[in-house]
Amino acid sequence: MSKDMISVPDPSLEQLSRIYSGKLLLRNEILLEDNLLRQLLHEKQFRPIKSIVKKNFTRQCQRCGNQKASLFATIPCFLCKQTHFYCRKCIEMGRVLECEPLYVWSGDKTKWPQQENPCSWRGELTPAQQQAANQMVMAVVNHDKELLIWAVCGAGKTEMLFPGINQALQLGKRVCIATPRADVVRELFPRLVSAFESVPIQALYGGSNTEEAAAQLIIATTHQLLRFQEAFDVVIIDEIDAFPFHADPSLLFAAERSKVPQSTMIYLTATPRKVHRKRISRKKLPHVFIPVRYHGHPLPVPKIKMCFSLKRELLHNKPPRPFIQWVRQRNNPERQLLIFVPTIVIAEKLKSPLACMFNKEGIIDAEESLTSVHAADENREEKVQQFRRKEFRVLLTTTILERGVTFPSVDVAILDAGHPVFDEAALVQIAGRAGRSVDDPTGEVMFFHDGRSEAMDRAITSIKLMNRRGGFS
Amino acid sequence: MNCIWCDADIIPQVNWGNLFVLEKPKLLCPVCEGKLDKIEGKRCVRCSRRSADKVCSDCQWWEEKEGERIIEFNYSIFSYNEMMKDMIAKWKYRGDYYVGEAFKHSFITAYHEKFAFLKKNAVVVPIPLSTRRLKERAFNQAKMLADFLPVETIEALCRTHGEKQSKKSRMERIYADNPFFIEESINKSVILVDDIYTTGTTLRHAAKLLRDHHCPEIYALTLVRG
Ligand SMILES: [Zn+2]
Ligand SMILES: [Zn+2]
Ligand SMILES: [Zn+2]
Repeated sequence: MSKDMISVPDPSLEQLSRIYSGKLLLRNEILLEDNLLRQLLHEKQFRPIKSIVKKNFTRQCQRCGNQKASLFATIPCFLCKQTHFYCRKCIEMGRVLECEPLYVWSGDKTKWPQQENPCSWRGELTPAQQQAANQMVMAVVNHDKELLIWAVCGAGKTEMLFPGINQALQLGKRVCIATPRADVVRELFPRLVSAFESVPIQALYGGSNTEEAAAQLIIATTHQLLRFQEAFDVVIIDEIDAFPFHADPSLLFAAERSKVPQSTMIYLTATPRKVHRKRISRKKLPHVFIPVRYHGHPLPVPKIKMCFSLKRELLHNKPPRPFIQWVRQRNNPERQLLIFVPTIVIAEKLKSPLACMFNKEGIIDAEESLTSVHAADENREEKVQQFRRKEFRVLLTTTILERGVTFPSVDVAILDAGHPVFDEAALVQIAGRAGRSVDDPTGEVMFFHDGRSEAMDRAITSIKLMNRRGGFS
Repeated sequence: MNCIWCDADIIPQVNWGNLFVLEKPKLLCPVCEGKLDKIEGKRCVRCSRRSADKVCSDCQWWEEKEGERIIEFNYSIFSYNEMMKDMIAKWKYRGDYYVGEAFKHSFITAYHEKFAFLKKNAVVVPIPLSTRRLKERAFNQAKMLADFLPVETIEALCRTHGEKQSKKSRMERIYADNPFFIEESINKSVILVDDIYTTGTTLRHAAKLLRDHHCPEIYALTLVRG
């Protein structure tokens, strides 16, 4: 054999299987030379499947499940010199062309090792957390199809998952945690790494190196599931009620496809949507309910305050008067203040007048202590970090901060809580921002409105109900 | 109809004005359409940049340096604002071919307003992609724009594969070697078509080559002035 040949890396089938089994990939996502891929296809280690399939009067993208006519278009293709369809729905993950197949590994599947002692976390669970953890362990062991964990905001759901993940890894299962937002992936990844020191773990999100996702434990954004097929024995879907999961059918399609036939799906939510509540009440969906926070204190119940001229005041960039009165006499003026508004425009326009007024009132000692964030704000991550470091006293935000982020000691106010963007789930989540730490387990939550909405009533009822179920009255 | 960009339903507005005239269907919803910035008001007559001067300082510099005018003028339709950046990225780099359709009407209108004087004596030459890029993208966005126009398109130029333009500094770009070579000489007026006019270097390289092969006069029509 010549020297050149030796220098060419020659992956073994085992290595290839580890990288490619359980995946559904475009040609350019497979980092193998044409010759090698051709050979592997010939040996039936890879199988090409049609990427866009005709279905009665529609067509379907086999990667994302899209069937919506407006999300297909035709392209006069340079590669095949024909005009044909491509999928516009999942194009951010690389373009699916009708003339190119998707590839699945059809050789031997990877046998994941039975990890002996995977969990290195030595913390202790509260009795409520332990109960949920036990249920999850049982579900994993028994190959139960589904389990919904309904845990209030601040219940400490991440730690709750550790025993179940531990069990799965001991049984040689592959586990994926899918969460809607990349920030959450980045935040959870180091926690998982230190909780499972001996286990290979990978984080997948837009912009991360996703080509060789070959770890036994994976944490990914929900979109990344589009690249998997029959890969995971346990799929944990975080915030099943959150955007985009509940609004985007292709993510459910991908989640279903990403698991092996005999597998367990764990759903996590603090505010289940109607579909799941219905299935729970009909006893069609096994669930476990954790009504208490990890620190053992009840959820702060929102107070509501009528503001008669709210819309006019907001239109003229004026903070509503009852809001100012409340700010002046908060129980604990040391707490930072998180203010939610319904739109980006209001967040931007209200910023300066509010800073000016708070400064005059002595609530903040410089106008720079107040800032605003919204989805279109480039510095959003940085500002959130700064607020966490207490470099800002007051943060004015849209619903982007309704979930996922925690600050230890804040009071929360919503201006125009009756606005339709604040649905029941959003209101419960926002209220759940207060009282998150052991050191300051309470906090005020205020809904300022000019006509109470059904969502407000439902949110308050549901918070009270959770407190009652948690043993508080 | 759904908006090409945000996929929202577009509800056709019927009023007395258009009740009897069939309006062309809108491809962008009013919100998305409103985010595009059409260049209006004073602009440089040579390069279409917004400018108070009749000929902007860049174009004066070019003319001094070259001692002649290689491109009669460039006409651009939109500025390169955030919305346009996003649209171009999805169209060109993600390869969402259909996004280009959103520009069809504006592109044809600009041709009729600014180039009608050439009558049928002109041909359109799109700025080519290298074969490698073309294989990645499966289409050439400049060719797509060129094919919108009611004149003959001739793919007279070829492009070698080099570094990405965007990775070079301004000076490097200006003095970079000509990446094009010619496949067919044209002795008619030529309208060069590309998606973006940034420094004008790319178009000048193409124009020089055409002119050195007997092309009498060269214009440029670009979607965006970067
Ligand atoms: Zn698709
Ligand atoms: Zn093709
Ligand atoms: Zn739109």
